[in-house]
This record gives sequence, structure tokens and C-alpha cells, in this order.
Amino acid sequence: MSESHPFTVSSFYLFIKEKRLMAAKCSKCGTIVLPPKPMCTKCFCTDIEWIELNGTGKLLSYTVIHVAPEQFQSMVPYCVGIVEFNDGLRLPGIIKDIQPEQLKVGMELKTDFECEPSSTWPCWTRYYFKPV
Amino acid sequence: MATKPLVSIVSAGLSKFGRREGLMCRELFAEATKEAFERCPNLDPIQDVEALFVGQMGESYEHQGHTGPTLADWSGLLPKPAIRIESACASSGSALRTGIYAILSGLHKVVMVGGVEKMTHRTTAEVTEYLAMASDFPFEQWNGITFPGLYALMATAHMHKYGTTEENLAQVAVKNHHNGTLNPKAHMQKEITLEKALTSKMVASPLKLYDCSLITDGASCLILTAPEIAKQYTDTPVHIIGSGQASDTIGLYEREELTSLKAAKVAAKQAYKMSGVTPKDVDVAEVHDCFTIAEILAYEDLGFCETGKGGNLIQNGETELGGKIPVNPSGGLKSKGHPVGATGTAQAYEIYLQLTGQADKRQVTGAEIGLSHNVGGSGATSSVHVYRSD
Ligand SMILES: [Zn+2]
Repeated sequence: MSESHPFTVSSFYLFIKEKRLMAAKCSKCGTIVLPPKPMCTKCFCTDIEWIELNGTGKLLSYTVIHVAPEQFQSMVPYCVGIVEFNDGLRLPGIIKDIQPEQLKVGMELKTDFECEPSSTWPCWTRYYFKPV
Repeated sequence: MATKPLVSIVSAGLSKFGRREGLMCRELFAEATKEAFERCPNLDPIQDVEALFVGQMGESYEHQGHTGPTLADWSGLLPKPAIRIESACASSGSALRTGIYAILSGLHKVVMVGGVEKMTHRTTAEVTEYLAMASDFPFEQWNGITFPGLYALMATAHMHKYGTTEENLAQVAVKNHHNGTLNPKAHMQKEITLEKALTSKMVASPLKLYDCSLITDGASCLILTAPEIAKQYTDTPVHIIGSGQASDTIGLYEREELTSLKAAKVAAKQAYKMSGVTPKDVDVAEVHDCFTIAEILAYEDLGFCETGKGGNLIQNGETELGGKIPVNPSGGLKSKGHPVGATGTAQAYEIYLQLTGQADKRQVTGAEIGLSHNVGGSGATSSVHVYRSD
């Protein structure tokens, strides 16, 4: 996928399909954001570039979901959390390969990627987190 | 404390909250408006009410959009302009604020604001899905993070950072269930024990069933007037003397902090500044306890205690009826119920009763200054209003 793709959520997920975690950086003021936005919301500049994150970070908070909407019910109970990457950017996601009692605020996690996109809209591939 | 009011509340109505089988939003809203009209015989609804602003969260529940004119019709307000306002669970807090805009603009002298939601005919899975629509789709919903899940993330972070306990969360539930037994319109008028709350079914750890507000049907409304004409309609108006509202990122994960709602802090600061009221002047507050942790965050965001000390405030009983600052005398979203679109103006309804001495068994003695705190989603919207008795 081309690095000149538009700075949209859809592009973010097209990169995920290629197993790349990409954020948007403002060329003028240097602000880096996740999710990507087509305009820098700090300096309103539209000169943006993609940067790749290595996907490791610390778990800021977590929960184990027991009551889920229809499409996630087969996974219950499942762990989710918010991960802060080394550059301060954050994403929420599902945490796999872990027992609920092993979850700890501050633990190191890394990003991994599903193989297949969803078969229905929005046809995105999921990223997820797992212990380092 | 002689701040000039922004607007005055001359009447208010609330439907019975609960499982209202067979009723649609339009009928629930008419139940609330009937009470408001009956409370205020000097008001001629057709002649006097100039516009309706109504909060409602979702079309999915009843497969019905375009709620404004529908509710105006069932309340006898046609052909007045009627506009639906959507800010998730803060929809009617935003409707109230919109009513204030309308009166302060000078365009209208008398308006009705309110809110409604009909939820209980749907399955828990359906309601879970509809409520999640108030959170970020591409990163939160997409990853199976439910609404309770978002507040659970805040709870885990608050417990980790400040030592808040699961018992503190359960204490909020016990208090609000007790208050609900004193409110004949509350959905669940039943005491619960700490033990029962702590051993209830897990929803999203550490939040259990009794940490979550109820799926409820209900409607609420207020009649607002320009302050200078309030006395034409009632001898006992309640004045709104401060109004604040703020927005934050739709995604919880993008916020500066997980342990406080910045939008609520900003809204509170505006409302306090406008009214000249400080947190310690507040006699009674209705706060957005969609989950027990949300009430603890509200104590801190509203300045009722220091940051991180919300757990102590509930532990020491200071927010109970008879405490230093009674919070959610109505039973709150926890036991009065949370028909999401109706909640903001239902909170204002309770403050109206409290400041006019009509809150019966749950009356806060001598209450003169009230506050309401309404939150949408996981905190992307918050509105705070400060009220004074006449
Ligand atoms: Zn910039």
C-alpha cells in the first residue's frame, strides 16, 4: 500500500491488513495522532505524513467483558484494554493469549494482526494486543 | 448570591420510570407533559409554549426518527417548532441548554425542554449494541468494547491510581437504591445490601450488575421562561443561574486522563463561574451515575472532594441524605432508572422538586442551591447546571 494514501481511518485499516501500525504526523508542527486525521487539529495544516509504530507499549487499563453485543458473544469473557505505545499514542483493543488474572496495569504488550478482514462492512482487519 | 437568572423553571413533569410495557415514546412524553401542564394552571400550553426541544438518543429502539414533531403532536403543541437534540445520554441536558439559548436569544419567552427513551422492549444484547453507538465505532465498538466496558476501564484506572475499592463502588449502589425507595416514580424501589451488590453477576470487571444503571422507559420535561415573566405562571419558580457544557474526544483512549471526565470539569467550571456558586454552596446534586464509578468521578470533577478522594466521600456517608452534600436523592440513574434521552431533564425535575420543597420523604431540608451533571457517552459531552430557589 502506498504511503501517499489519504489520512483516513480506512487507510489505517488497510495498513493493518499489511500488518503495519501507522500513525499520522503533521509536517509543520510535528504532532503525531492516532487515529489519523486529514488535517492537523493543533495547527490546521494539511501537510501530513505517515509514520510506522513498532506496536509495543504499556497497558494503561483493562477490563474483562462478560456481557457483549451479538457479534462478540461467542468470545465472552474476553479481555480488552487501552495500550499506550512508546511514543505516547494510545489505542484500545482486544488482548489475546492471556488469562484475566494475569492482567496488570503497566504490563508490556505488543500489537499483532488478524489474518482475515471482516466479511461484512466495514471489511477491516483487526489488530489486537498480546503479552510480549 | 443575587446572580441574575438565565431562565426560570415554572413547571416540570416526569413520567413514572420503569418497564412501561405497551407504551411508546410519544405516550410516555405526553405523561410527563400532562404533569407539567397540571402543575401550572396559569399556563395555557397552546397560547404560551412557543417551542419544544427534546432529547432522545436513538432511533433504533422504536425504529422511529423525527421525534420532535411526534412528541409535539402527542403533547398538544402543534404547530410549534419541535426539534430533537442528540448527545447520547446527555441528550436532554443539551436540550435544556438549547432551551436556554432560545430564551436568551430573545426569540422565545416560554419553551418546553425535555427528553424521552423507550428501551425495555429490546433484549439486553440489543440495548448493549444501541448504547455502544454513543462510543467510537472504528476503535472501541469495533474491538468489542461495550459501554460498561468503557466505564470499567475508568474504574480499573481509578482503583489503580487512587486505591478506590470495589466496596466504594458498591456503596454508591446501596445509597442510590436506598434513595430510590423514597421516590415513588423510581424504576426499582428496593433496598440492596453491600453483599448483594458485591456478589452480583459480572458485566465488565470490576463492574457488576449492581454497578450499572437500569434499562428503563421514561420521559421528563420542564417549562422554561424568561426570568422576568416567571411570576406570571407560578409563585415558586426555580431559577437556572449557571449553565456549562463541553465536548471531548469520542474515544476514551484519546483523553488526557482515564480517571476524570475533562468535559465535566470544564462544564462545571463554566457553570460555577457564571452562577458565582462554589462547590461547598451546593445543597443538593443530581449526578450522572450511569455506572457507580461515574458517581465517584462526578464527586471529584464537580469539586465536592479532592481528586482521588471520591471513594472516601461515599465511604464516609457524606453524599447520603442527611450528609454534607446529598447526591442523587432521586435514586439516580442507578435506581430511578436511565431512559437515556430523558435523564438530563429528569435530573433537573428532581432539583426543581428539591428547591420548591416538594421532594417529600427524600427532601433535603432547606435546599436552596442545586446542581445537575449530565454526561453523554463515556464523557464526550457533559453539561452542568446550577439552580437557585426563588
Ligand atoms: Zn500541526
